Amino acid sequence: MPAERAFVTVADADPLPAEGPVIVSLKRFRSERDLLLARGERLGLRLDASESPELIGDDIHKLVLIVLQVPYFRDGRAFSWARLLRTRLGYKGELRVSGYVLRDQITFYARVGVDSFDLPRPVTEADIAAVQAEMSNVYQPSVDGRETIWDLRARLRHSPIS
Amino acid sequence: MYRYDEFDAQFVHERAEQFRGQVARRLAGELTEDEFKPLRLMNGLYLQLHSYMMRINIPYGTLSARQLRGLAAVARKYDRGYGHFTTRQNLQLHWSQLPQVPDMLLDLADIEMHGMQSSGNCVRNITADQFAGAGGDEIEDPRIISEILRQWSTLHPEFSFLPRKFKIAVSGSAADRAAIQVHDIGIQIVRNDRGEMGYRVLVGGGLGRTPFIGHEVRSFVAKADILAFVEAIMRVYNESGRRDNIHKARIKILVHQIGPEEMRKRVEREFEEIRKSATLQLPEHEMQRIAAYFAPPVFEDLPDISLEFEQARKANLRFANWVKTNVHPHKMPGYAIATISLKAIGQTPGDCSSDQMEALAGLMDQFGQPEIRVTHEQNLVTPHMRKRDLFALWRELEALDLATANHGLVSDIICCPGLDYCDLANARSINIAQEIARRFADLERQHDLGELKIKISGCINACGHHHVGHIGILGVDRKGVENYQILLGGSGAEDASLGEILGPGFDSEGIADAVENVVATYTSLRHNGERLLDTYRRVGAAPFKERLYAR
Repeated sequence: MPAERAFVTVADADPLPAEGPVIVSLKRFRSERDLLLARGERLGLRLDASESPELIGDDIHKLVLIVLQVPYFRDGRAFSWARLLRTRLGYKGELRVSGYVLRDQITFYARVGVDSFDLPRPVTEADIAAVQAEMSNVYQPSVDGRETIWDLRARLRHSPIS
Repeated sequence: MYRYDEFDAQFVHERAEQFRGQVARRLAGELTEDEFKPLRLMNGLYLQLHSYMMRINIPYGTLSARQLRGLAAVARKYDRGYGHFTTRQNLQLHWSQLPQVPDMLLDLADIEMHGMQSSGNCVRNITADQFAGAGGDEIEDPRIISEILRQWSTLHPEFSFLPRKFKIAVSGSAADRAAIQVHDIGIQIVRNDRGEMGYRVLVGGGLGRTPFIGHEVRSFVAKADILAFVEAIMRVYNESGRRDNIHKARIKILVHQIGPEEMRKRVEREFEEIRKSATLQLPEHEMQRIAAYFAPPVFEDLPDISLEFEQARKANLRFANWVKTNVHPHKMPGYAIATISLKAIGQTPGDCSSDQMEALAGLMDQFGQPEIRVTHEQNLVTPHMRKRDLFALWRELEALDLATANHGLVSDIICCPGLDYCDLANARSINIAQEIARRFADLERQHDLGELKIKISGCINACGHHHVGHIGILGVDRKGVENYQILLGGSGAEDASLGEILGPGFDSEGIADAVENVVATYTSLRHNGERLLDTYRRVGAAPFKERLYAR
C-alpha cells in the first residue's frame, strides 16, 4: 500500500492543488464547501485562535484533521477548543496544534485531546516523553481519561492488600 | 487540618524538580525571559524591583506549627529572615535568588507547601474565612470545598493559560469574612429550603483598575455539582475573555460586557453539558476523606465563663483593651478566637520575622493550638483558645511585640508592599500606613472611633484593596511625584460596596492630615453607634469634601 500523501496547507488566496489532501481555513471551507468535499481527498481545517470549533457545524465528521492555530503561547483558548472538540462535538479525527507553543505546555495539550504538534522549534518524540514524565500524576479528569489522584486513592482504599 | 498523602507529597516534590529543569534551561539561554515568565509565575516566582520574590501559598490561610517553623527556616535560609503575609493569605519572601529557588521549593515540599499558582494567569490560592471551624455562624467549614478546589485546579490542563489571573474565595457563613463579593468567583455555603447544603455562586467581582461587585449566577448549586459548575464558568471565561488588552482581561469585564443574564445562560449551557457527561461529579469518598481532616479538635467541656479570664480582664487594662478588639466569640463554651495583630504601630503591615514565627509556633504547642490562620486583613488568628489561657497568651505575645490591641481599628491597616518592593507600584504605601498608624496610635482614641478599615494600594492594581476600605488610599504617580487619592464608603464584608474618590489627591506629606480631616468630619457628624462607614452612607460625600478641600 502506498504511503499516505502529506497534507498541504493552502492559503486563502492560492488555488487548490489538483489532487492530494489539503488544509484550508474555515472561511475557505465555508465558501468552497461542496467543491472541497467533492475532491474525494482527506480534508483538514485550520482554525484561528478566535474561532470556536462550534462554527464548523455538522460537517465536522467529514474532516480527518483539525489544526488549532496558536499565535502565542500565552493564548490558552486552544485548550478549551480541543476539549470542546473531543467532548461536546465528538470529533474523532486528528487534532493538531500549530504555532508558538512551549515544550512545557505539551502535557496540557495532550491531556485535552491534542495528538500532534507543528511547532517552529522542533520538538522530538523524546522531548515529549521527557516532559510527560516530569509529573507522574494528575488531580483532575480531562479528555485523556487518565486515572486521577482521586481515582488512585479510591482504588488503593478498596484494594485488598492496602 | 489537611495533611498530604503520598500522592500530594510526590506531586510537590516532582514539581520542584521540574522547575529545577526549567531554571537550568533559562540560565543556559534555552528559554527567553518571556517564555520563562509563565513557568516561574506558576511556581510563585515574581521578578520585582530589586530581586525575585517568592509567593508561597497558604491554602485558605491555615498553617500548622510545623509549617510555621518551616517557613521561618526557609525565610532565614533563602531570604532575609522575615516574610510578608498578604491579602491572599499567602507569605511573600522579597529577596529570593533564582538559582536557589528549586531547593527552596523542595524545602517547602517537605512541609507540605508550595508556590504553585500563587501567580500567573491561572486559578490562584483559594481563600476562605479565617474563623473556619471556630465561628458560631458557620454552615460548614469552608476549607473542605476549598481544598477540593485547590486539588482540582492544580495544574489544570485547560485553565493554566487563562486571559488573566483568577481568584476564588469561599465563605461558610452569611457573615462574609472572605470578601467573596469582590472575587472572580465567590462561593457561599448555604442551605436551600429543603435543608440541603449547597453553594451560592457569584461571578465577576473584583478590584483592580475597574472594580465590580460580583453577580449571583446561581443561588443554589448542589454539593456534588460544584466542580462542574466552576468548570463551566472557567470554560466560558477561557473561550470568551478578552486577550487583546491586559486591563480588560478579567472575567468581571466579560460579565460586564455581555451582561450577567447572558453570562448565566452561557454558564448554564456549559454546566448542563458537563453534568450530562458525569465526569466531574464530586466523588463522595474524596469529599469524606478531605472533610475528615477538618473535623473539629476535641474540645474540653468548659464552663463558658472563666474566672481567671474575667479577673485578669478586670485587673489589667491593657489586656482588657486587647480582649475588646482581638478576642472573638467561639462556637464552644469556654473557648475564644484570638487575632494576633501584625500591625504594631510603626511596623510594616503584615510583616513577620522568622524569630516571631518560631516563637508563635512555640506558643501554638504551649496552648494546644493545632493550627494558626492567616487572614486576608494581614493578621494571624489562633482559632481555638481556651478563655482561661488568653491572659497567658497575651503576655507572651506582648513580649514578642505581637499583642497590639487594634484589630478592626484605624491602625489595623491593609497595605500592599508598594514602591518599596513592587515593580508595578506608582507610589510607596508602607510609609503612609506607618505614618497614619502613628497619628492614631492613642488606643483610647482608636476605640472611640470604633471599626474603621483603612486600606492602601500603591497602584491601581489594588493589592491593598483600597476600593473596599472604609477609607481607601490609592497611590498614583503625578508627574513623577507620589500622590495619594482618598476613597470613602467601601466595604469588603457582607455589606460590600465600592468606595468613591473624594477629589484631588494629596502628597505624601499631606495624606495623613487628610485622613485626620476625614476622621474629624466623621466624629463631628456621627450619630450614636455609627461607624465612619455608616455616617458616610447616611450623609454622603459632601460634608467630607467640604472640610477636606476648604481653603
